[in-house]
Amino acid sequence: MGNVNIKINGMPLSVPAGISILEAARYAGIEIPTLCYLKKINEIGACRICMVEVVGARSLVSACVFPVNEGMEVYTNSERVRHSRKTTLELILSTHDKSCLSCVRSGNCELQKLCKEFGVDNPNYYKGEMVKYDFDDSAAHMIRDNNKCILCRRCIAACDDQGISVIGANARGFDTHVSSAFDKDLADVSCISCGQCIVNCPTGAIVEKDDTDKVLAAINDPEKFVIVNTAPSIRATLGEAFGMHIGTNVEGKMVAALRRLGFDKVFDTDFAADLTIMEEANELVERVKNGGVLPMITSCSPGWIKYCEHYYPELIPHLSTCKSPQQMFGATMKTYYADKMGIDPKNMVVVGVMPCTAKKFETKRPGQSASGYPDVDIAITTRELARMIESAGIYFNKLPDEKFDNPFNESTGASTIFGATGGVMEAALRTAVKMITGEEAPNPDFEAVRGMENIKEADYKVGDLDVKVAVASGTKNAKVIMDKIKNGESDYLFVEIMGCPGGCINGGGQPIQHAVVHNFIDLKARRAEVLYNADKENAKRKSHENSAIKELYDTYLGKPGSHKAHEILHTTYVPRKKYN
Amino acid sequence: MLKKISNIPFKGTPEQQAKLEAVIAECKGDKSMLMHVMQEAQEIYGYLPYEVQVMIAEGMDVPLEKVYGVSTFYAQFALSPKGEYNISVCLGTACYVKGAQELIDKLSECLGIESGECTPDGRVSLEACRCIGACGLAPVLTVNDEVYGKLTEKDIPDILAKYGI
Repeated sequence: MGNVNIKINGMPLSVPAGISILEAARYAGIEIPTLCYLKKINEIGACRICMVEVVGARSLVSACVFPVNEGMEVYTNSERVRHSRKTTLELILSTHDKSCLSCVRSGNCELQKLCKEFGVDNPNYYKGEMVKYDFDDSAAHMIRDNNKCILCRRCIAACDDQGISVIGANARGFDTHVSSAFDKDLADVSCISCGQCIVNCPTGAIVEKDDTDKVLAAINDPEKFVIVNTAPSIRATLGEAFGMHIGTNVEGKMVAALRRLGFDKVFDTDFAADLTIMEEANELVERVKNGGVLPMITSCSPGWIKYCEHYYPELIPHLSTCKSPQQMFGATMKTYYADKMGIDPKNMVVVGVMPCTAKKFETKRPGQSASGYPDVDIAITTRELARMIESAGIYFNKLPDEKFDNPFNESTGASTIFGATGGVMEAALRTAVKMITGEEAPNPDFEAVRGMENIKEADYKVGDLDVKVAVASGTKNAKVIMDKIKNGESDYLFVEIMGCPGGCINGGGQPIQHAVVHNFIDLKARRAEVLYNADKENAKRKSHENSAIKELYDTYLGKPGSHKAHEILHTTYVPRKKYN
Repeated sequence: MLKKISNIPFKGTPEQQAKLEAVIAECKGDKSMLMHVMQEAQEIYGYLPYEVQVMIAEGMDVPLEKVYGVSTFYAQFALSPKGEYNISVCLGTACYVKGAQELIDKLSECLGIESGECTPDGRVSLEACRCIGACGLAPVLTVNDEVYGKLTEKDIPDILAKYGI
């Protein structure tokens, strides 16, 4: 399709035919406000905020779904448009609980931002009938407060985009509300805890369960030895919460902030990611040698694990039995490290800072307490850490760059890329080559499994072995692969699946960016770039080169896949029902 | 009005299930037939309880939540079964101004259920309906196919007694 000539606010423009007025306005450097629009996944024109005036049209049109055509003249900021937007905002506020003072999204709320911009400040305009909804705090990872819901349906679209669809708009008219089938609690439906609804909510209607009080209580308890570990992707996103550019690596400042918050030890989950690779690559080699269940599928992403348990319980034997890096970390702390330091694991509190809301669920899973105590006591999200730093009065942007504590400060490039889709696969391949052939991979870059495509496939020759691999992120894409396996159409040897689209860098626990960022910037790729750069700059790029890992095996675990390694680092899964 | 979800145990028969499965088999693969399947299911079961909606969701390969969303959007779908005796009180304009709401309130009080619900023993259900065209007799209610007109709340116990309720 060619271009069409249009005018936006009197400015002549040539834009591709068929795009929406909203997209065309970007060419003119104009941002049309929206509340419901999410590119490709929620283009429904429901919120009526993006209304614009088209010369000759009978009424205002919604810019997000109205395509441009030749000769069109659009006004995005006329008095009529502004009046319409203000009225719409007043109507939204008429059923909104307006508890902005302490709302966790205050300052980062898309509704609040627009109300401020349009001067919606007359309380008499928006006194309407209110419905009082109960919170749904049944799930381990989040709380839904429909009193703050504006029915934009972005959460529903995000859940549909994950192929889960456990939430939707129910009833009609004034009674319309977001909930699950038969208005069951979220804990009683097959929600996978991925948190994509949270990062797509424009207001504070859906938020993670805040566990920061528990962390502070542990830090303030002199009896407790509190260890924190940060997942690979946190360094790539935490800066966003402090106004830094998307794609800033803040590893050094993050470590400094954690130390100032009072943690006894600040370690890197990357160490445990290297450990995961040692166990997982070994498990793959064993399965190939001994005729085990293939393809083997990665198990780092607890949202993905819960998905498999609910929707493909018959394929559970394909899952690697390796615990996730977070849980391997905690298990190693409360056994090996506790031994080494002479600390009673009872008095150890392990805190994970994770990009993920499902990690909160994961800490409560059975079979995750190698020492007899939970491997990980508390999992907090990137957002919760940002709030802790803020409320502690730490000026994050001015912090010096500091290094992780010994001995778990060493990590390889392989572990850092865990945070992006394809990263675990690439890291595993680097080590699997060594395990299978006895020689180092000549080129540690496995480019074919990188990038933000939904599903990636590649074929590698490792020694005599044909290694066909697949990588998927987002559970809707995982479904494609799982159906292939189920129907016997897969010839994969190894599959990596991450629950969230793009992997952990786009996890449900990451800093919330407004829809405009999701719509017009490749957020996932920018965040992932941080991790691939860190990998490139690391002198050690393969997990088996990590000397802390070598020491752990030499002095404690024996070798990968040993009896002890199984006791501490591996777990089991449970079939769950799709309908309860 | 939010629809009442019945907690009366589901009592579907294998014959009913076979009928529904036949309907689904005809419509499988065409998600636009969801409404049709739901209407047929309501014909078969009288209402759309959880178990029936799960059958529809699985059969039509549509998420259960989407089925439920449709069932709560349209007035024609019921989430509560009809009793052996279904009492339907007309809430059309004429009946309403003649005091139909008081009839519903009295019935609720006598039966211990609200409009849209069924008694736990499955005998009596109560619902409000749109105008049935008997405005001259307002306020009007029906018990199954029998019509009672020009009522006051005092008439309710006698009507119930007639059916042994």
